[in-house]
Amino acid sequence: MSSAFESRQGERCKGYRKRVLEVSQKVSALHAAPAFSCLEIVDCIYYDFIMNNEDISNRDLFIMSKGHGYLAQLVVLEALGLLPKHHLDEYCTAEGLLGAHPDLGIPGIKAATGSLGHGLGMAVGVALALINRSKLMKSPTPKVFCLLSDGELQEGSTWEAILIAGSLNVKNLFVVIDNNDFQSLGRTSDTHPNLYPIAEKFESFGFEARSIDGHKHSHIKEAITDLSLTERPKVIVAKTIKGKGVPFMESTPIWHYRSPSPEEYLDAIAHIDGEVMHEK
Amino acid sequence: MRNRFSETLFELAKRDERIYVVVADISPAGPMSEFRDKYPDRFINVGVAEQSMIGVSAGLALQGALPFTYTIATFSLYRPFEFIRDDLAYQQLPVTVVGIGGGLIYSTLGATHYAQEDISVASAIPGLNVLAPTTPDEVTEILHSIVNGHIKGPSYLRLGKTGESNFRYHDEFVFKKPRVLIKSNSSICLISYGVIANKLFVKLREHDKLANHVDFITFPTVKPLDSESIEEILRRYQLVIVIEENSVVGSLGEHLKARAYENKLKVSIEHYSLKDEFIHCYGSHEEIMRKHGLDLDIIIHRLSEILKTS
Repeated sequence: MSSAFESRQGERCKGYRKRVLEVSQKVSALHAAPAFSCLEIVDCIYYDFIMNNEDISNRDLFIMSKGHGYLAQLVVLEALGLLPKHHLDEYCTAEGLLGAHPDLGIPGIKAATGSLGHGLGMAVGVALALINRSKLMKSPTPKVFCLLSDGELQEGSTWEAILIAGSLNVKNLFVVIDNNDFQSLGRTSDTHPNLYPIAEKFESFGFEARSIDGHKHSHIKEAITDLSLTERPKVIVAKTIKGKGVPFMESTPIWHYRSPSPEEYLDAIAHIDGEVMHEK
Repeated sequence: MRNRFSETLFELAKRDERIYVVVADISPAGPMSEFRDKYPDRFINVGVAEQSMIGVSAGLALQGALPFTYTIATFSLYRPFEFIRDDLAYQQLPVTVVGIGGGLIYSTLGATHYAQEDISVASAIPGLNVLAPTTPDEVTEILHSIVNGHIKGPSYLRLGKTGESNFRYHDEFVFKKPRVLIKSNSSICLISYGVIANKLFVKLREHDKLANHVDFITFPTVKPLDSESIEEILRRYQLVIVIEENSVVGSLGEHLKARAYENKLKVSIEHYSLKDEFIHCYGSHEEIMRKHGLDLDIIIHRLSEILKTS
């Protein structure tokens, strides 16, 4: 992976973070930190895979199971021109279309989520339907990406879906875990130390697994590309930092659902701009 | 009803690739095994995992499929309640959630298997159709209506198991509309749906004098209800007797009473339903219904008393 390409994603992700912060100044609360932990992942899935196919009718598909990561998807959709800009300007207003969680009917959104533990079951159904369609049409089978939070791994329904995906060998399913080690009341690793190691649990359910740094574009892209060659359902356990990119937000639970004050906003923007300067 | 469901769906699936059957380790016998053998890609057993039965079906429907989920009514509806609400109803996906043995039909299996409030629970979800056929033929008519698009969006379909009789109705099945089973131009109307309506009709035929002096209307669609039809019924009759194998809370009977009150109608409404409580009894379907306060012999007796004095 060329460093220039890596840096282009870096530039995009800094733009996304600034856009989320801009939106944050219009609302009293929003899920900024949960979006910041998965921006690189969502960007890579869209730029390198979904959009990288001229056959629009047979594109890969993304379901944001951690509905509180919605802003990450919205800023990427906006940057790609799939979501007109005015929608985010009207975020969480009665005049607008967008709320805090994905809703069917919003441009680019493939399933309504927001209650944890729902996205993966739906992703399995979507993936099975696409396998059957590809058989009939004799066309390549699109990938179905489903982004889960690590907290979501505590939902029983998530493990039902993992078991089913393994047993039915839903091999076009790509589960990505946004492993930021935070949930509402503290660290996930404190709440459920036995959740770890995550990758091995998936492997024992019939998945191919990779563990990566979820903020490194090259890691994400290589893991997806590499896993595409395997014949089982796939999982990428991506180590991430909640609130990534804004130091005072990083790994601090209060930022799960809070808007920065005007001063904090300027501080955050200055830091992101500084990082851009520094990287150049 | 169970066999008719399988037969009809298998026939429909032969010419409609959208039809999927998604089961949670409980499958209708008979023709469903043919479905499984002939269309293995469209028969999915998720195992004992009812939340995912609904979630996976939602995913299939998001790609244009027409899935039918199938298991015992309590597991169909109560275990995955939020999945039916969020994945199916909120997204208005055309998934039919079949609840086999709705009401007290699994009468020896105890309250864990008594779907004694399934109609109330399903009716509470916005945008979910609630369907309760009375006869095997009506099951066929409902499945055709779902597949041909006359019934849109998600549905809960309460089915009986076996042994229900077929009757000739005075009218066709139309989504949202009540149907007329007995037309005697009486001022008294019986209203019911599902297996108990079937049993009641069989019993009424044993009492010709009664059957010739009442009207009998069934509600294959419990929700959404056609307002005009409801008001017409409540205006036409002096006495409406609602008999339903469902808890009193959130029942059709309560709904009709509310409509009569709102419209300041003079109609009297008598309501026979299940109790709003758990019972710790086992036995035949009739025995458990009696324990739950629903005794068809008492209803028949009451009806003959009313007719004597009217």
